[in-house]
Amino acid sequence: MSSETKQILTTDGIPLEVSLKKAERKNKIKAFLLVAPLLLFLIITYVFPIGDMLFRSVDDKMVTQMLPKTFKAMENWDGQELPDEEVFAAFHEDFIKLVEDKREGKLSTQLNYTKNGFKSIIKKLRRKSKSFEEGNYKEQIMSVHKRWANVEYWRAIKRRAPEFTSQKYLKGMDMYVNEEGKIVSVEEDRRIHRVLWLRTLEIAFFVTVFCFLMAYPIAHLLATLPMKYSNLLMICVLLPFWTSLLVRTASWMILLQQQGIVNDFFVGIGLVADDNRPEMMYNKTGSYVAMTQILLPFMVLPLYSVMKTISPSLMRAGKSLGGTPFVAFWKVYFPLTIPGIGAGCLLVFILAIGYYITPALVGGASGTLISNQIAFHMKSTLDWSFASAMGLMLLSGVLVIYWLYNKLVGIDNIKLG
Amino acid sequence: MALPKYTEPHYRIWHYIYLTICGAVFFFLIAPLFVIFPLSFNAEEFLSFSDGMKSLDPDAFSLRWYKDMIYGTKNPWGLAAKNSFIIAIFATIGSVILGTVAALGLSSRHMPYKGLIMAVLISPMIVPLIISGVAIFFFMAKAGLAATHTGIVLAHIILGTPFVVITVTATLSGFDHSVTRAAASLGSDPVNTFMKITLPLILPGVISGGLFAFVTSFDEVVVVLFLAGLENTTIPIQMWTGLREQLSPTILAVATCLIILSTLILVTAELLRRRSERLRGINR
Repeated sequence: MSSETKQILTTDGIPLEVSLKKAERKNKIKAFLLVAPLLLFLIITYVFPIGDMLFRSVDDKMVTQMLPKTFKAMENWDGQELPDEEVFAAFHEDFIKLVEDKREGKLSTQLNYTKNGFKSIIKKLRRKSKSFEEGNYKEQIMSVHKRWANVEYWRAIKRRAPEFTSQKYLKGMDMYVNEEGKIVSVEEDRRIHRVLWLRTLEIAFFVTVFCFLMAYPIAHLLATLPMKYSNLLMICVLLPFWTSLLVRTASWMILLQQQGIVNDFFVGIGLVADDNRPEMMYNKTGSYVAMTQILLPFMVLPLYSVMKTISPSLMRAGKSLGGTPFVAFWKVYFPLTIPGIGAGCLLVFILAIGYYITPALVGGASGTLISNQIAFHMKSTLDWSFASAMGLMLLSGVLVIYWLYNKLVGIDNIKLG
Repeated sequence: MALPKYTEPHYRIWHYIYLTICGAVFFFLIAPLFVIFPLSFNAEEFLSFSDGMKSLDPDAFSLRWYKDMIYGTKNPWGLAAKNSFIIAIFATIGSVILGTVAALGLSSRHMPYKGLIMAVLISPMIVPLIISGVAIFFFMAKAGLAATHTGIVLAHIILGTPFVVITVTATLSGFDHSVTRAAASLGSDPVNTFMKITLPLILPGVISGGLFAFVTSFDEVVVVLFLAGLENTTIPIQMWTGLREQLSPTILAVATCLIILSTLILVTAELLRRRSERLRGINR
């Protein structure tokens, strides 16, 4: 029986295999067309803008475009001694143009990021430049302020020549490129970002641990109690889950304030003196307590859904084979709950590492996280490229955990409620 | 959880310790919510229990802050509530339509690159809100939609769809596709089949996804902080400003209303979940 003679044909004479493939392809396209609107929507409004952040974080065209002639003239300058007249003349020409467009303020802000002290000398230069005579700009500019005669400031300008920069990422790790072009750390007492990164990791880690320690027993109780009791207790988990984040944070602000209920209670049982009430809010404690309570449901729910599937007869079998309840629990029950532990811990950690609202309200200065710093640069200093850079650094961390989560749990196994 | 009679004493003690720990955790979870409720009826301007309240003196309680919330002249709560509801309703409709359609495609076994696409569709839920906020702000600013209702609605559709996709795909995982084939063989076109057969069966999942999308939008503050102008203020924005500047008891009145709202949503979601499990025959 050779295959050519016995090829199965459909009623219209096309080989079955071809026809099936065609149908398969049609189904594929159909399925894809259903997903396409949302996918396209997200790519345009969400994925591309995140790419835009990446571009912004390394983009440094602003200064390049403000001082085109200067940078052209600087190409031949070795950066050892003060640049010669050619560079000064080019800089003067660029600067006059900027003053005409009223953009010299932007230049001073930008240059000040690279080296402190540019703001005042650019202001001064603007005032004096009106009375400049033609020719010998080097002398004239240098006489405006002694910093204009300092080669380090000219090196700082030259460092802004490239269109792209990794400066913002280095700044996010408290590093910078020094005069010799080497990457070095800033002085120890100015390493604010490293402190923030470490604190973010620390708080996220401990919140995850606290959530796990608290969620495990109650998830176990919920999974083993008879339905009518567990449904009632489940409300205690689900009501906070569905309640507004701000409402829950507000309730912690009331509880933890110095004249608040928790402090009243501590004074009442004689734990602390009335005139020596501890600060429990606007510091790390506030962040820990509030975040743990707010994220706890996200740990309980995955643990519960795994524990629900473990048959109680397994524990009985373990005990009947001579294990004490503890041994039976540790050797039989606990290993079976590991998928739930993994899911819950990763979920809580991902959520905690990017937390913003709660730390901003109850964290004070010592309890804020990296997200708060990003928001600060977006809203207050308006250094959007720096905010983007730090956002992407945080994002890359989260994506690693997301990938891990996908590997271990599978993204389509996320359960809600 | 009654212990068998033969349990040895020290295990008995352990068991009670375990129950006590559980009780404490449940208390930690739920008690903070109940602090707000009585304090919102405080007649005084303080955010702690007055002596009058502790002795249950009726004069210490009042509806003052509720009146202030509704009638207060300088209060933005009216505008905020209106905006919040409008934005949340449109965002929910958008998320439900886009999310359900996408979930239908994702549940098809013919779907190519399922894992990758699912990861992209879920990502707004996983990516920290602050990063989503920055990215969406850049997009809306470029598109000229910053400080508009449309911009905020679109932003909330982005944040809401993952929930719809997840709940609807979960519902569809137990879905018997032979019923749609039966409908097709009886001459029904795909749209008709979807409306008459598929949708009624997956409706619990769709509605509970919609509830998630609604709550996400209604409670969302980080992205709105970047996008909203004065005209687009929402309840969360007002609460955020209030909590940062001065904690007035009016906020507690609003918070109480929000807790009541979330209780209603919880009850609806629970009823739907049970109905959905019944329909899918997962009754245990």
